Order: sequence, then C-alpha cells, then structure tokens
Amino acid sequence: MGCGSSVAIDTRRLTPEVTAKIPSPALTMKAAILIQRWYRRYIARLEMRQRYTWNIFQSIEYAGEQDQLQLSSFFSFMLDNFTQLSGNGPVVNPQTDRARLTNHEQIIVPESYNGPRLTFPLTVSQTDALLTAFKNQQQLHGRFVLQLLQETKKLLRQMPNVVYFSTPYAKEITICGDLHGRLDDLLLIFYKNGLPSAETPYVFNGDFVDRGKKSVEILILLFAYLLLYPDHMHLNRGNHEDHIMNLRYGFTKEVMQKYKTHGRDILKLIQEVFSLLPLATVIDNKVLVVHGGISDVTDLDFLRSIERHKVKSAMRFPRCTPEHTQVARSSRAPLWSRPESPLCDSRRSEGKTTKKRHCHITRQGSGSSSSSSSSSLMCSPRGSLHPCLTPHPCPSASMPSLTDAFQAPFLDSFSALLVPLPSREEVEWKQVVDLLWSDPKSQPGCRPNTFRGGGCYFGPDVTRRLLEKHALSLLIRSHECKREGYELCHDGQVITIFSASNYYEEGSNRGAYIKLGQELVPRFFQYQVSHTTRKLTLMQRVRVGEGSAVRALQEKLFAHRSELMAAFQHYDTSNSGCISVSEWAVVVESVLRMDLPWRTLRPRLARLAPDGMVEYQSCFEDMGPGQPIPQVSPNFAETLYRYRTDLEIIFNIIDKDHSGQISTEEFRQTWRLFSAHLGVEVDNKAIDDLARTMDFNKDGSIDFNEFLEAFRVVHKLDSKDQQEC
Amino acid sequence: MAEDKDSAEAIVSEVHRKISEAFDVFDHEFNKTVDVREIGTIIRSLGCFPSEGELHDIIAEIEEEEPTGYICFEKFLPTMTTVLMERRFRPIPEDLLLQAFEVLDQQKKGHLEPEELTKYLTQEGEPFTPEEMEEMMSAALDPDRNVIFYKDFVSMMSVDNHR
Repeated sequence: MGCGSSVAIDTRRLTPEVTAKIPSPALTMKAAILIQRWYRRYIARLEMRQRYTWNIFQSIEYAGEQDQLQLSSFFSFMLDNFTQLSGNGPVVNPQTDRARLTNHEQIIVPESYNGPRLTFPLTVSQTDALLTAFKNQQQLHGRFVLQLLQETKKLLRQMPNVVYFSTPYAKEITICGDLHGRLDDLLLIFYKNGLPSAETPYVFNGDFVDRGKKSVEILILLFAYLLLYPDHMHLNRGNHEDHIMNLRYGFTKEVMQKYKTHGRDILKLIQEVFSLLPLATVIDNKVLVVHGGISDVTDLDFLRSIERHKVKSAMRFPRCTPEHTQVARSSRAPLWSRPESPLCDSRRSEGKTTKKRHCHITRQGSGSSSSSSSSSLMCSPRGSLHPCLTPHPCPSASMPSLTDAFQAPFLDSFSALLVPLPSREEVEWKQVVDLLWSDPKSQPGCRPNTFRGGGCYFGPDVTRRLLEKHALSLLIRSHECKREGYELCHDGQVITIFSASNYYEEGSNRGAYIKLGQELVPRFFQYQVSHTTRKLTLMQRVRVGEGSAVRALQEKLFAHRSELMAAFQHYDTSNSGCISVSEWAVVVESVLRMDLPWRTLRPRLARLAPDGMVEYQSCFEDMGPGQPIPQVSPNFAETLYRYRTDLEIIFNIIDKDHSGQISTEEFRQTWRLFSAHLGVEVDNKAIDDLARTMDFNKDGSIDFNEFLEAFRVVHKLDSKDQQEC
Repeated sequence: MAEDKDSAEAIVSEVHRKISEAFDVFDHEFNKTVDVREIGTIIRSLGCFPSEGELHDIIAEIEEEEPTGYICFEKFLPTMTTVLMERRFRPIPEDLLLQAFEVLDQQKKGHLEPEELTKYLTQEGEPFTPEEMEEMMSAALDPDRNVIFYKDFVSMMSVDNHR
C-alpha cells in the first residue's frame, strides 16, 4: 500500500540496473506510482476535454435557442405578412372539427399499406402493433395519424391546465424527461420499466420532438397510450411543443419528409394539439412536474384559470388590440428584459451571449405593408430611440445593452404606442413561457434567462417560496441535458430529469427516469443507448464527442470569418499573419460571444508558427463551401452561411404548400426584409442577380433547398477526420 | 530592465488566464468555486503530475479552515500560479514510463498479463480504484492476445496526449 505521506519521486532516473535482478519492493512501488500518476494525469486531461466538449455543445445549443427567440419577432412578422408577399389569401381555411373528421375518414388507405390500421377507441393490440411497426422502421399512414391527432385533441380539450392526480395504491409513477425524437430511448424505457398501463403510470415531461429523427413515432406512441390510458398517462407541454421551434429544430422537416401528401394537415393539427397539452402535473398534491421551471410570479391558482391553448408559441407574443394603444405610458419594461435586475453576477451576463445581430426591424421593412394586421399598425416610423435600432451594417463594433437584445419589435411598438399595464394575454403568456423555459440556478432571486432568451433563472429561494405557498415538497423538471441523466439542486427540492441519452453525441450523457412511490422518495434509473456492442473506452468517447464539438466550433468560426479576420489583422500590426495566443483567444471570444476555454481549445482550432505565435488564417483552412457558390461576394456568402438555418425557416414559412419552391419575387423580398432586419447591408443588385441565378429553369421560381445546399459549410478534411477518430 | 518586468508580468498574466480557463470549465455554478474533487483534474489538465499525496498537500493548502467541499478561485490562483511558474510536478518522459513498465515486467516478456498489472496497480504505490483499473485495462488490453503490450500502449497514449 502507499504511504500516508507524499512520496518524492526522483524523475530523472528510475534505476541504473534494469535487467536480470528481481526489482526490490521499493522499486516496484516507485514504478507503480509512476504509472499511476501518469495515467491519472491522462484521465484528467480526458475529463477536461469531455467537460469542455460538453460546454461547447451547450453553448451552441443555447445560443441557437437564443437566436431563435430573438428572431421570433421577425418570424411572427413573416407569419403575419407573408401573404403580402405571395399575394395569396390567408392560408388557414377554418374548418370545423366535424368537417375535418369526415375528411379524415374519407382518406383512402391503399391496399398495399401493411402498417397498423387504427380504429378508435384504441386497444392494446393496436398500440402493440404500433410498437412493432416502429421497431421495424414502418410508418403509420397519414390518415391514421390525422385521426389519432384528432382524437387526442378531443381528449386534451377536456383536461385542465394543471393536472392533479394521485399515485395509485402500492404503485409507482414513472417520470420521464426530454426525449427529443429519440425513439430508441423511449423503447429502452418501455423495455426496462414496462409499457404504460394502469399498473405502470407515466408522466412525460415535454420536449418529445425536434432534433432526433423519430419525433413523429414518439408522438404517435405517446398519444396512443394517452388515448388508451387517459388516467394513467400524463403529458406535459415542453418548449419544443411549439410550431415555430419545430421549424428550426427539425420536427417540421421530419413530418414533411415522411408525409408528403398529408404533412401540412398533420402539422396544423399538431400545432393545435401542442397548445392543448397541459402545462403541469401535480402528484399527490406534493410533487410539481413541469418542463422548464418556475419564476417568482408563477401562480398555480392563476394558471388554472388561463386559456392555455391561446399560447400557440413562445415566439408569438400576444397581439395587441387597438384598444390598448391609447393609454398612458407606464414604466413597465418589456417582458423579456428587466434592466433593474442584477445581471452581472452571472458569468453569462451582458454581452457574453448576446449576438450582434439583434439590431431589429427598421422602418422600411415593416411600415410598407398596408394590411390590417396589428403588426403593421404598430410599426409606425419614429426617430431612433437607440442607436441599435437603426439599420447599420453588421458587424457592429458597439455592444448593445441587454435590454435591446430582447426587444421584439412588437414590444418596441407597444411602448412606442404607450401600452399600459400588461394585458391579460401578456400575463398569461409570460406565465406559460416561464413554466416552459426557465432554468434553476444557485444564486437566489429571479432574473431573465439570458442564456436562452426566454423564461427565468430561478434561485433556491424562489423554489422554496413556491413550494411553501402551495404546500408542495418537490419540483421535478427537465429542459436541461445532464451528464448522468438527472441532477438535484436547490437542496434537493428540484430534480432535473432528462431522458435522451447521447443527446449531443454518442457517449455524451446518460438518460434517466424517476420512479416515485407512495412515500414520494424518488428513485433514479439510468441508461444509455448504444449502437456498438463493445463498450467504448473513455478515450474513444471523448474523441468522438470532442470531434463533433470542434467541428461545430469550426463552422462557427468560418461563419464569422470576415469579422474575425478584421479583428486579427487589427492585432497583427506587422502583417506577419501571426498573433499571440492571448490575442487570438481574446478576438475569438469577443466575436463569437461564447464563454469557452479558448486557450485550451486552441490546439484543435488553429496552428502555431515555430515561434509559438498563432497563424490565425489556419482557423479557416479546414472549412469550405459545399458547392461552387453562385456569384456572390464573400461577405454576402458569409451572411448566408451564418443565417442559413434562419433562412431555411423563413423560406418554409413562405412556402405554404411545402413544395420546396418559392417565387423569385418572394425570394427577393424576403431577403431584403431579412437583411434590413439584421441591419446587414446587401446590395439589391446582388440579390437580384442571385435570384436570377438560382432560378435554374427560368420559370420564375427557386428551389430553396438547392439554394441552401449551396451555402452549407463543409469540412474539407472530412475523410481525414474520420480516420483520426 | 523595465522590459523584463513587463514581459514577466505578461507571462504571469497569461498563466493566470490559463488557470482561470481551466478552473471555469469546472465551475458549474459560475460563482468561482469548484468541487474539491475536481481539483486534481484541473491541476493535471494544466500539465502537472502530482502524486495523490502531493495533491492532498496542495488541497490542504488551499482549502478553507472549515472545509466546505468547495475550493474558491481566490485561493486556487496563487497556489497554482506558483506550481506552474516553478514547474513543479513536471510530466513524465516516455522513456521513464517505459522503464517503469519494464520494472513490473519481471520476466522481461515484453508484455504484462492483466492479472499482473492489476495486482501492481491496485495494491502498490497509490492504488487504483476498481473503476480506474477497469478503464485503463479497457484501453491497454490487446483483445486478441489478452495481454498488455505496454510499449505500444505508452506510445499510443503519448500520441493522444500531444495532440
């Protein structure tokens, strides 16, 4: 055994005589210690890499969500006004449920279809058939999907906003967190824990869809079991049960790809179903289960009374009706921002995670349409209240304050038109968003969740107060990925439960679920889906995860190339192509606004010259365009790379019939609006030229998927990377 | 002389930033504290090779009088700066490591049996926990021959380390 005190090792030489003699015990011990020390250091490095890989993934994920929310106003505007662009009438043809039902029944299912055929009310044999079908990669026919959704909608309508129920005698209730389209995880849970039934009640705590590839299958199963066992199956709404989030994070795409004929109808119904999902569940009057968290204004009693289905999306701020416009100004700040809150105590404070492109809508974009929708009513020209709000080319050197970051134009307009105390809709909307978007933190108090851009950060005092107020003992929530699948905080009063294993990458994290018995003591069950039969070593797992994270960072660097180069060159006074590591780190952190250990990451991202300085151009070497870009200036191209995902969403919004095509005129107008919104100066002629080029068959329409493909960033050394892994 | 002072300051400040970065990676609450159990990882990731005993000494130095289970950055920074500046606990050269394995390989076979290695590393020196042993074994064991070719193992790990 090792001695209690530290052992000094002479690291210069171990022993002069090596061969033949049996080593003395002292020597053996020295050798062992040496190996142990070396190995522990190695493992520590791996853990460090694992940890910062994790940070990278989370940073990118939340930054993406934040972008989403920041652009939400723009998307809302698009949704309201795209009819202006296309000249078509309103998309939604209000149909009564009955009419729709009849419509569904009239859909003919071909004889050749050999998947499950659902009849209602559902039976266990049908849910079994669904499980089997999905395990065999089969798809449920669109007609049955529509019927299932319709029945689900009927059922959900009868449910309250907050569902109260009790654990059946001598039974345990199972609580699962985010699934995000990972069917394998759901199947694993069912396998380990049993299918939902009266014996095995479940609560699924939101975020069933997006990111993973089997969101449709998960929804079908969850809704089917809900219909089968409405008293023993409970679903809470998550922040991804939101059609605008779905546009960006993959669910919409998945549906449209799998259901070419009925996709649009399915999406419409799902939108309604999502908004009808209950917001929270209370078990035995003691345990509150909600997807995100709470805020200091969360009020369960108030929540019971709201019309939850009106909050279709966190991105769609409630419309302000004209009556609200003529009232005296109040000093209430827009809901997203509270300038008086202490934001600086958090590391992720002002400036760190806000992106530059929150210079919001300008006069010309919004004022021009003359529709009667409230949005255009609101956006009347006014003088620049704040430098940030006037269009100017990105990148901007100044860092706008946090309050600007989250002011949606609707909110700006409201304050411009002297909106009073929050309307009922606004209050309801905030209550809902708080439940679905908030995160617990260790600092006391409640402040806006700047990392995500929605909901709050709530401290242990907020938790304690809420639990006391409603005589509860525990808050179970999800929303955040945890390495072990679960995590306790706030003195054990809050549990985070996350059920999508390998969320960021193979081996990144475990999934878990909670079992709660009558005494309400949680038991945790962990698992990890694996596609390899041999367990990966720590080293292999770290390599895979890190590789993935680093690639994501490389893409970010590439997408901000011109800003970065400008800043690098600013430091490179001698024009040598090199700057110090320190300078490199400072630039990257300030341009990307991601709080990551850049110096530690540097070896993965940039090359050193022999003298130890960083060759900053090497950051961009590994990345390049996927295809030859149509003639566009490099700056324009870069903007397109950066906002590729957002453009995809916008195009999808415009493309109402989901044909993949929009007219060149729509393309032009969209692009102009978007760049005006971002404050990016783009040459109109460049847009026109681009539109013309992209219209390959000169029929006046553009296949925007092809267009976007051209602006997908590709890793040049893809095959080499794979070898190294 | 003034120049030297400047560059010395620059070096120290760069060291500070490195330490700060490493620390922040484990500072989950963003309040400039880390769990004491992660200190070893942080120190090792900064390029130092303390033994377990040496590590305990360092922790004893920087812990609060009433150990809270957390180490705060203010205490960590000066100690760690000194460690780095004095180049304490330097890395182990590859050849020395190889010699250590050769010592354990009493019969000079060029490889070690899993039982041999396990015995040494879990009973001698500063013993591995079963988890540590399992992890090393999974990386070191040649699955076909069921032995540890330590020369290859050391080379492989060194490559990974220097990436």
